[in-house]
Amino acid sequence: MTEPTQPIVVIGAGHNALVCANYLARSERPVICLERAEGAGGMASFRTFGDGDRVPFAHAQYALADQIRKDLHLDAHGYTPAPPAPTTALDPHGRVVKFVDGRLSGEDLPATDALAYGELRGRYAEFARRLAPLFQRSPPRMKNFGVGDLVSWQQIGTGVRFGLGREGTRELLRVIAMNVYDLLEETFDDDRLKGLLAIEAVQGSAMGPRTPGTILSWLHRLAHAREAMPGIVGAPEHSVTRALVRALRASGGEIRTGSEVVRVLVSDGRVSGVRLASGEEILTDTVVSGVDPRLTFRSLLGLPELDAMFARRVTQVRGKGVVAKLHLALASMPEFPGVDEAALAGRLLIAPSADYVERAFNASKYGRHSAAPVIEMTLPSLHAPESASGGRHVASLNVSYVPYQTEPETDAQRAAVVERVLATLEEYDPEFRGRVVAQELLTPRDIERAYGVAEGHWHHGELSLHQSMMLRPVYGAAQYVTPVDGLFLCSAGCHPGGDVSGFPGRNAARVINRSRRKGQS
Amino acid sequence: MSRYDAIVIGAGHNGLTSAAFLAKSGLDVLVLERNPYIGGSTVSRELHEGWRYSNCSYVCSLFRPEIYASLDLGRHGLKVIPLVSSMTFKRNGDYFGSYSNPAIRRRELRRHSPRDADAAVRFDADVLRWCRLIRGMLLRTPPDPTSFKPRDIFEFGYLLKQFWSLSESQLYEFIRFFTMSIAEYLENYFENETILAHYSGGSIIGTGLGVYSPGTAYVLLHHAMGDVDGNVGAWGFARGGMGAIANALSSALMSHGGVVRCDAAVAGIKSRGGRATGVVLDSGEEIDAGVVVSSLNARTTFTRLLEAEDVPAAMRTRAERFKTRGSSGKLNIALDGLPTFPALPEGSPLTLGHMHFTDTLERLELAYDDWKDKRWSSDPYTDTLIPSQYDPTIAPPGKHMMSVFVQYCPADIEGGWTDEKRDAFGKTVIDQISDYSPDFRSLINHVEVRTPRELENEVGLPDGNIFHGELTFDQLLFNRPFPGAAQYRGPIRGMYLAGSSSHPGGGVMGAPGCNAAREILRDLRRPDVTPTEFPDD
Repeated sequence: MTEPTQPIVVIGAGHNALVCANYLARSERPVICLERAEGAGGMASFRTFGDGDRVPFAHAQYALADQIRKDLHLDAHGYTPAPPAPTTALDPHGRVVKFVDGRLSGEDLPATDALAYGELRGRYAEFARRLAPLFQRSPPRMKNFGVGDLVSWQQIGTGVRFGLGREGTRELLRVIAMNVYDLLEETFDDDRLKGLLAIEAVQGSAMGPRTPGTILSWLHRLAHAREAMPGIVGAPEHSVTRALVRALRASGGEIRTGSEVVRVLVSDGRVSGVRLASGEEILTDTVVSGVDPRLTFRSLLGLPELDAMFARRVTQVRGKGVVAKLHLALASMPEFPGVDEAALAGRLLIAPSADYVERAFNASKYGRHSAAPVIEMTLPSLHAPESASGGRHVASLNVSYVPYQTEPETDAQRAAVVERVLATLEEYDPEFRGRVVAQELLTPRDIERAYGVAEGHWHHGELSLHQSMMLRPVYGAAQYVTPVDGLFLCSAGCHPGGDVSGFPGRNAARVINRSRRKGQS
Repeated sequence: MSRYDAIVIGAGHNGLTSAAFLAKSGLDVLVLERNPYIGGSTVSRELHEGWRYSNCSYVCSLFRPEIYASLDLGRHGLKVIPLVSSMTFKRNGDYFGSYSNPAIRRRELRRHSPRDADAAVRFDADVLRWCRLIRGMLLRTPPDPTSFKPRDIFEFGYLLKQFWSLSESQLYEFIRFFTMSIAEYLENYFENETILAHYSGGSIIGTGLGVYSPGTAYVLLHHAMGDVDGNVGAWGFARGGMGAIANALSSALMSHGGVVRCDAAVAGIKSRGGRATGVVLDSGEEIDAGVVVSSLNARTTFTRLLEAEDVPAAMRTRAERFKTRGSSGKLNIALDGLPTFPALPEGSPLTLGHMHFTDTLERLELAYDDWKDKRWSSDPYTDTLIPSQYDPTIAPPGKHMMSVFVQYCPADIEGGWTDEKRDAFGKTVIDQISDYSPDFRSLINHVEVRTPRELENEVGLPDGNIFHGELTFDQLLFNRPFPGAAQYRGPIRGMYLAGSSSHPGGGVMGAPGCNAAREILRDLRRPDVTPTEFPDD
């Protein structure tokens, strides 16, 4: 029998860890979140650079899943998800393609493309809806079923076959493992549109539009995104992190920042506690790791605690980060041709064609950064003016592809990344370089160190076909349970993966609560 | 006679296989071929005086042994000579050889990496397991997963039963294997970059994918599955060139009373009341038949052979969207002597097998990047063979014939193909080989360069795609050629598909033709004379 006073320890206070902790805190056992950094939020937090200019790390977020928002009363704790923002694909000559309030428009955008887009969007939203039992819940096992697995399989099977009908099912089975490039090629004519949509499918992954499996990664995104496009994160007061922290405290949970867990302690094959960097040990029989599964197994637990085949699988997990974050303080607002004020406040993309995105990806395969990068830019200060110091503006950029380097980058290499971004932006706003007054570059290597994500990957492991669902992060640990009794996983490295959805956290909490109930009976 | 029980369009190996089985069951069968010669891509032709060899496809390994046995092709003159080795030349003057003799193979692996020699044991066992699982599915019709017909449910049940024989972790391993890239899959076993490149190369042959593209790992099976004389994993060479396969099939067909007509291009398939009634030739001649089988690729079949009103609009769109981007070229080189390769020891048997010149994964992937940008690879991956070393029928005495398969070469090249570009492509390949064989260039007697343009024009490979359509997830199994047409049946009754556009795809397997024949016999309620089960050892 467990000592009732032993807390459940959650390692990390990123959004998935916080969601998990919140669900766990609703039972009678105390919950402690141990966060290495000085503030909660992980990659969903804010950071300052320059002269106190502030930017959100994940600058464009879809709203947290409705269910989680409701379960945890997050709205009462101040959560106000940003409304879906306009997305604009920039063009040097102002021939922008815009996506506003669910409608697509653009100078000389073929009417057939706009129509086809509507159909495609509807079809894929339907696919995502029918696959929700797969994407939102714990992935069902393929053999040695429990009742829950059978229910999931049955729901997926009937939902897809009867919900989508014969032709719909055929189409889903055709595209499920296909690449997004070929789908765009067969559906649209306009390069700008294809570039914009290619980004939706591949951003954050070490995949290009032509990589098979990119439709699945797009469906992953659509499955939790109610809105067609993400919103721009504004002030921390309304952020998901702050609401999760307040909700957790309200239900009696504790968050200790500046507390780095260095070891998960194991005795007799089960968890006995955690050790902090300070040397302090907290005894517990239940530890939930919100840290990248690779780091959880390799560094916190240690591979010798695992059987050899499982350890081998862990070391084979792929997840090379390829997105750099560039933060810029600007003396004046950028001016892009064809972009009005409303569009400027949204997401600005530089991805003029799917081929452009694929070429940018090519370089990353060989460990080089793209000569012509794909850029996603937002201007958070338009939503929270106080985030920029002294009347200037703040720009937040995701730059793809800047692959993870095993050796620290030299200053020259870092400067080269920034230079290519600025040179690219100058094609769209010739004055852009002159507006920059301060900058901060976070390469995947920097992100690895700052946020505890192996190789700085957004999703804590590639969302490729062979690392999805019941294979995520590795089989044997895909249902949030690990081979070590009492150690659970709740990070984006688990199904259904990254983005700020909260599902990995919620699913993990369910599994933990269920296993505790079983243990008590 | 102008009426047959069945007409097969195209005398490639699949058309002939299908026809042979139909004839064997007692049907009156006519095969119509556009060219003055049979074989399609499975052909040996004399395009340079004195040399008669495989112009298109060049090795036979995937050809199903069940078909070979069932049609008694040995008696009809097909003799397969096993290929014993493959190798990769390294840029630094060394080489990696892969021998069929296990002890020698292990010694060579150890020379490059002792760790990889051990990993190879694990690797071989894993691949063989998947191979045994998959080969049972080749000679079966993929079920329509959306159908509730007993036949589809039965086939689906068969598949489930096959997979159910695996343990839970084997199931997951199989999905990983099926969805991974060849490079990543091999990196789970091997560390040496030449070994990685050597075993990766085969997975990109004919595809529009690179070694790092998911879905290329399972292609390993195509190499492991080649059953020649019952040796799993062996490759073979047809004596007399690939045309020997077509000739044996055609001889088997004729022994059962079938007829082949060359120079008879089919213009269209006739129909009445939703039922195929025969074909019309380019000459205007009409021939009636109860069953019409097309072994041409799916796009040509649906958009050109069938009447527009016989193809529902949605199906037509799918046929038009069927992906066939070609990615391969071929050089057939007549040589005045055997070229020497200084990297190899004197008398090395490695020149008898496949020779490759790409020694890193990066070079393989860079070759793919060129194709994506509509250029031929500046540093291509080639599969080079000199079959005249053990088949004296294909070159004059003392002379030799070299077959160079080249990956990648786009069908849709920037600015379109011209003769100048074709020759420049050929030069790229010859330059690469010359880097490893100083006397090669001086031994060249004649070169025949095939780009996708020539492959399409000569033997009807769509966009020069050697598989009659790309082998990507969206065009495999019940998705091949596209959903709704994967059970070998066309959109009208009495019309069937028997080409490589259908499951399990190309590679001179004969399986699509055999499977189509089985479905036809089933519909005609005739006894099944096609082989299904693989006699496992």
